[in-house]
Amino acid sequence: MTTLTPATGSALKGGLSAKRRAYSIGLRTAMYACVAIAVSVLVGIIGFVLYQGLGHITWELLSTQRSALRNTIGILPNILSTLYIVITTLLIAIPIGIGAAIYLCEYASNRKVVRLVEFTIEILAGIPSIIYGLVGFLFFVLNLGMRPSILVGSLTLSILVLPVIVRTTQEALRTVPHSYREGAFALGGTRWYIIRTIILPSSLDGIIGGTILAVGRMVGESAALLFTAGVGFTLVTNYFTALHTPGASLTVSLFLYITEHGNRDVGFAIAAILLIIVLTLNLLIKLVRRKFRKI
Amino acid sequence: MNIIETKDLNLHYGEFQALKNINLDVSANEITALIGPSGCGKSTYLRTLNRMNDLVHGVKIDGSVRYRGEDIYAKDVDVTVLRKRIGMVFQKPNPFPMSIYDNVAYGPKLHQKMSRSAMNDLVEQSLRKAALWDEAKDRLKKSAMSLSGGQQQRLCIARALSVSPDVLLMDEPTSALDPASTAKIEELMGQLKQEYSVVIVTHNMQQAARISDRTAFFLTGDLVESGPTADVFSRPQDQRTENYITGRFG
Repeated sequence: MTTLTPATGSALKGGLSAKRRAYSIGLRTAMYACVAIAVSVLVGIIGFVLYQGLGHITWELLSTQRSALRNTIGILPNILSTLYIVITTLLIAIPIGIGAAIYLCEYASNRKVVRLVEFTIEILAGIPSIIYGLVGFLFFVLNLGMRPSILVGSLTLSILVLPVIVRTTQEALRTVPHSYREGAFALGGTRWYIIRTIILPSSLDGIIGGTILAVGRMVGESAALLFTAGVGFTLVTNYFTALHTPGASLTVSLFLYITEHGNRDVGFAIAAILLIIVLTLNLLIKLVRRKFRKI
Repeated sequence: MNIIETKDLNLHYGEFQALKNINLDVSANEITALIGPSGCGKSTYLRTLNRMNDLVHGVKIDGSVRYRGEDIYAKDVDVTVLRKRIGMVFQKPNPFPMSIYDNVAYGPKLHQKMSRSAMNDLVEQSLRKAALWDEAKDRLKKSAMSLSGGQQQRLCIARALSVSPDVLLMDEPTSALDPASTAKIEELMGQLKQEYSVVIVTHNMQQAARISDRTAFFLTGDLVESGPTADVFSRPQDQRTENYITGRFG
């Protein structure tokens, strides 16, 4: 008969050999190191950008436009361009994305078609964003003859964020228990009435969370906008005029200030602003989820 | 009087035949219990009566189901009207994530516009019929999720009654409840049959014997035997029925 305890002495002590104990400690140390590296790189980047950038954010920078005559720099046009792009993209992508998700989850009865569409969406989500920019440029600018502008940039960005919106909305809809649908059908409810009164309200937190996630993607996107939204730096306050005017988003202007002007300070200031926006959006997602979960 | 008549009903899920040639009638103002082991087709049968099986992909039905003489599978039947006439209560209490009041008002709002006061009356009436009014009257605006399981199930009954149905289908309504809540719902069903016809699926044979007027025994898609509950339980005609009710299988 074999026994797990030493033949003599305590039954509870001296279980593992010294070699195995060292191995175990070594592995644990290695894993701590991995975590430390991952966290410190992240914190390091955030800290570095904020340290380099925060000092250069001034009211003048935020509230004026660039003037070659006075040799001053202001990023208000770029802030507005980003805002316009986000709004326009949401207006295009939200109805289409949520509509598609509702169709896939609630209406489509052919499982094969649903799987095919979902597979396509997966693929769309994995395409590098510069390719969206290229295709957007080829299609909207070269084929349709539009000029690079906020509208063309937003159209391109809509395609880019559509997978995010469709997938997060689908996930949100799937969390609604099937029993709600059955209960409402059994009362004589029609499908759209049930979607409107029960399914959408109870999946709202997930849909809002997905939308904020998509806004984060939009704010942070540069490659897809470089070709399509153009590189305008002039201030256009009218939204409808801006739609047809080229405008560099914050990310694109960051790229241009560093590469064309060699202005490191402004580059880091913009980087810090972008970082703050994205961190705030992430915080917002958490808050939305928590607020709705209380009900 | 027969309120529902089923003739030569067959139901297939794809290749699988879940109901085989069912002939069964439901009498007005009686409780009809459907018993049988899991997977015997009793819930499937219940769901053909208000066409809930329409929601399942790949279901094929032939034969006829008549409600007050009308074929419910006829082309011009409006299922929303059918389901208003034939209400349903499910195995797990499934109140909607809204207030108690809104749960009861949900069905009536669906079918007609009503004044605020008429709606208040209707909600009170429905909750009274479901024996929940006294417990709920002071918290109508509270979330339905704050109720206990048994209260939630009575809320679901009130919700089903709010659209003034004629027939009430109950799919194992007490299987998720404790004995005290079960007793309340059983007593409630005794009152409900004065006004409605009730069809109940149950796993609990004592329950079927206690509350039902007629019993139908299903086995692997066949209707083995049906008749007055006293006869089915004391003098079963079929050996399989006897084996089941005496607990030899199931």
